[in-house]
Amino acid sequence: MGRRFRNTSLILGAIIVLAIVFSAVFAPYLSTHGIEQMDMRNRFSGPTLTHWLGTDNFGRDLWSRLIYGARVSLMIACISVTVSAIVGTAVGLTAGYFGGWTDLILMRITDIFLGFPAIVLALAIVAVLGPGIVNVAIAIIVVAWTEYARVVRATTLMLREQNYVQAARALGAHPLRILLKEILPNATGPIIVLASLGFGTAIIAESALSFLGFGLPPPAPTWGWTLAYGTRFMRDEPWLAIIAGATIMITVLGFNLLGDGLRDALDPRHLSRSAGKKK
Amino acid sequence: MEHAEPALAVSDLNVEIVGENGAFPVVSEMSLSVRPGETVCLVGESGCGKSMTALSLLRLLPDSARVASGSIRIHGEDFLAMDQRRVEDFRGDQIAMIFQEPLTALNPVLTIGEQIAESVRQHRKVGKREAFARAVKCLELVQMPDPERRARQYPHELSGGMRQRAMIALALACEPKIIIADEPTTALDVTVQAQILGLIADLQKRLGTAQILITHDLGVVAEIADRVIVMYAGRRVEECSVYELFDNPLHPYTIGLMGAVPHRAGGIVSARLTDIPGTVPPLWDLPKGCAFAPRCPGASARCLEERPPFIEKTPGHFAACWEHDNG
Repeated sequence: MGRRFRNTSLILGAIIVLAIVFSAVFAPYLSTHGIEQMDMRNRFSGPTLTHWLGTDNFGRDLWSRLIYGARVSLMIACISVTVSAIVGTAVGLTAGYFGGWTDLILMRITDIFLGFPAIVLALAIVAVLGPGIVNVAIAIIVVAWTEYARVVRATTLMLREQNYVQAARALGAHPLRILLKEILPNATGPIIVLASLGFGTAIIAESALSFLGFGLPPPAPTWGWTLAYGTRFMRDEPWLAIIAGATIMITVLGFNLLGDGLRDALDPRHLSRSAGKKK
Repeated sequence: MEHAEPALAVSDLNVEIVGENGAFPVVSEMSLSVRPGETVCLVGESGCGKSMTALSLLRLLPDSARVASGSIRIHGEDFLAMDQRRVEDFRGDQIAMIFQEPLTALNPVLTIGEQIAESVRQHRKVGKREAFARAVKCLELVQMPDPERRARQYPHELSGGMRQRAMIALALACEPKIIIADEPTTALDVTVQAQILGLIADLQKRLGTAQILITHDLGVVAEIADRVIVMYAGRRVEECSVYELFDNPLHPYTIGLMGAVPHRAGGIVSARLTDIPGTVPPLWDLPKGCAFAPRCPGASARCLEERPPFIEKTPGHFAACWEHDNG
């Protein structure tokens, strides 16, 4: 057990992620100004005592906008990660367990989705569906579920040969029951790791979409759009772009560290080693 | 009990593995029947078709293998002709299997109790709570110490012997009429082995199950078998009662196996162990005559040319050997 707590990337990642989730949840209490409240005399103010992270080109408080922006980013990431994990896992389990034609067809479909350049596909979807939290999430899901399908399929291929799966079959378990009770619980490790890494990817994707103007329309405080107009004033007023960019980077870094840390913590070899020690 | 209907009757079963170069047999002309309360042991070296026989009895053969012909009847019902759903109903309820390695045959992420309860709920219409209570009962039946607590533990928290007890409890959960045990004690150390064998024998006496035990250990055979089938290269070479087998083995392979087991005469470990020269021939390249002939000390020209039939040599004692024809 000690090993798990010595895992620095897990701890660091968890702290960053918790801090961001905390500020998103309590944004109304943590914000110092309204997100659309303009202070034209203090445009591009840079960090001051009243505006902790400075103000943007309309004199809006950046700190407040960023923590409200965290809500948008996390909401979209949450929806897209949950749905793509469920869809991908279901496809992966089915393909891996039943094999044969089922596997062939499902994995070729997965390949088709993987074949598209992700961001172009996402842009096309938002262009068709129009902006909005759900539509942006859908655009991310369409690309992201393939990862889960592939990993879960590989894990299932390995798990279905395990003796306990054979034993469950010998005791008359129905295939669905084997998938849900025998295989899925043993595949949660990689799924959790992928999901936490998936949060990072989803946040990047959402930022990229809003950077390109395909995210939530202004004045919604999205990180991507803040970064996008920040870059316009980059030469004279670099603060805006740097802070918005750093926010995205630190958030994604946090989720990636968390994912890496979880990967180490949930690695079956580590688990069996600590299990061995316990005896 | 002697004349009871067989719980499981296999006749003329042929199992083959389909490879790139066509199919080759792994089990040939296998017939056996087990009555309630009886223990039949399948004995043989690794790769002689014991485990394949066991898996085919549950219709759990790997994708590459298939039953080519023959029949398996469970309580008179044709098991091979059943549809998948009925097979699932039968497994666990009518026929269950105890696996060789209890650590890998138990799901590492579910507690022992959950796993047994799961199997109970598969076959009986009971609630979660009731199924769990039944699981604890089963663990009690297999003399698991402190069953209440053990039911809430994961496989890795138990010792090897306890895991095998849990495995047995899992197989017994729905009171199957037929139990197939594939080397149930191989992974355990000797003292635990004796306990588990005693437990299996005791449970069988109490529950009256028909049992097929697969082993390569003649010590285990002597301990619990009623009847013994010796297999070599996918075929039966000898079948008789356990007493007959040890007193009067007919097939040179059986005699060779016995020479390879340490035994004591008058309290002193006797002589050296003998081995059987050579190895089991590959199943895709069996000799034309008797499969054992190349290794047999008494092989004649006929043995190399013609396969000896599996026939009754003396009452109740079958063997496939050209010797003893008038015995």
